[in-house]
Amino acid sequence: MITVSDLSKHFTLHNQGGTVIPVMQDAHLHVAPGECVALIGASGAGKSTLMRMIYGNYLADHGAIVVGGVDVARAAPRDILRLRRETLGYVSQFLRVVPRVATRDVVAEPLLALGVEDAVARARAEDLLARLRIPERLWGLSPTTFSGGEQQRVNIARGFAHTYPALLLDEPTASLDAANRATVLGLIEEAKASGAAILGIFHDEAARHQVCDREVDVTAFTPVAA
Amino acid sequence: MTLHSTPKPQTAPGPLLQVRGLEKRYGSRIGCTDVSFDLFPGEVMGIVGESGSGKSTLLNCLAGHLTPDCGQVIFDTRTAGPCDTVTMGEPERRMLSRTDWAFVHQNPRDGLRMGVSAGGNVGERLMAVGARHYGNIRDHALDWLSRVEIAAERIDDRPSAFSGGMQQRLQIARNLVTGPRLVFMDEPTGGLDVSVQARLLDLLRGLVRRMGLSAVIVTHDLAVVRLLADRLMVMKDGRVVEAGLTDQVLDDPQHGYTQLLVSSVLQV
Repeated sequence: MITVSDLSKHFTLHNQGGTVIPVMQDAHLHVAPGECVALIGASGAGKSTLMRMIYGNYLADHGAIVVGGVDVARAAPRDILRLRRETLGYVSQFLRVVPRVATRDVVAEPLLALGVEDAVARARAEDLLARLRIPERLWGLSPTTFSGGEQQRVNIARGFAHTYPALLLDEPTASLDAANRATVLGLIEEAKASGAAILGIFHDEAARHQVCDREVDVTAFTPVAA
Repeated sequence: MTLHSTPKPQTAPGPLLQVRGLEKRYGSRIGCTDVSFDLFPGEVMGIVGESGSGKSTLLNCLAGHLTPDCGQVIFDTRTAGPCDTVTMGEPERRMLSRTDWAFVHQNPRDGLRMGVSAGGNVGERLMAVGARHYGNIRDHALDWLSRVEIAAERIDDRPSAFSGGMQQRLQIARNLVTGPRLVFMDEPTGGLDVSVQARLLDLLRGLVRRMGLSAVIVTHDLAVVRLLADRLMVMKDGRVVEAGLTDQVLDDPQHGYTQLLVSSVLQV
């Protein structure tokens, strides 16, 4: 479902003396449907960079990133947008939303964008919010004023609202209490069971061992002559 | 909701707007030059750049307010298919700007008739496309006022009695009432309080999604484009220096100027 091959990337900082920073070289990995693969490696090794490249957020210099038949490294913006709408989900560490939009609608939005009926999308959103223990009295409020942990759970609910066939998870269990952590791991297990290909960064080792089938060490992709 | 469901087969629609080699000069000075892009139905494109970068000139050329010196602006019309709006006759272009196109000005005073009631402002555009039944027009106007969160009892008030944010929402209602397919927006949230901006952004996003609108939004506010635009073009000295997915351009800018723009935003 997700296949990365021969992938390289560098950053050029034009306003800082044109400094060139190679960040990725010959990266390759494969995630099959129903499989959860963990990216490991020290901080700064390029785990998040690789995730962002797969999501089309960072450009690739060289190589291929094929998700559901679309090569993200080459696809036109609107093909990547469609891929993100229908196939590829991403739970980042930060919630970025239009201020003033109610939490329920923030979570339902990915479904509404797919043309799912309002009532169905909202019901799914409420179900996820309840499972992630966001108190019902907060559903009508904007999450911008929520605590860090609450925002993260809203972000997770939003990421799981649509059953994406491919899912990227950046530290989904960080800063969660035991009960919510268990809920998130349960959501991951359910997504796997329904055939999703999942690639994630989990600093939480126990969580990683519980849900991940394999590990890929990105240190192998760190350019040596950096 | 099943996993791996293939998307509904649909005949892939062509671009709504195709811009080819557009150039506008002011004497020997370049307004904008060498601008080409496609905009597809339902897409929102942001154009960012500093004052004088040519973004407003470009927008006005696209919307037919300025005549470009060369290039094509091909719009997929409902009746005749793709037509170059630069070479089409003035009456046809005016008809487009009353029906399929909408233009939201930065200053609502430029897009509203300040001496006419709120309902009249919305109804006027309907009448311009042939609506005649007073009751229907008023109902339609009321519906649109509520969509942009203006209370029904304000329908007979003049926009001069409205706050800046309300005026801007009224301008949007006036523009969208005829069900346009393409909306041009020039700094739609400029000059508004931050709290009012957020409300307007939310409103615009909802309208774009529900109506399947395409939009071209000119702004210098990177936070606005991140929330509203699918795609982004960065302009400098009349040229497009970088274009791509909005979050990609903002998170991994390739051009030195874009890097400077992105790194100059103050963190709140």
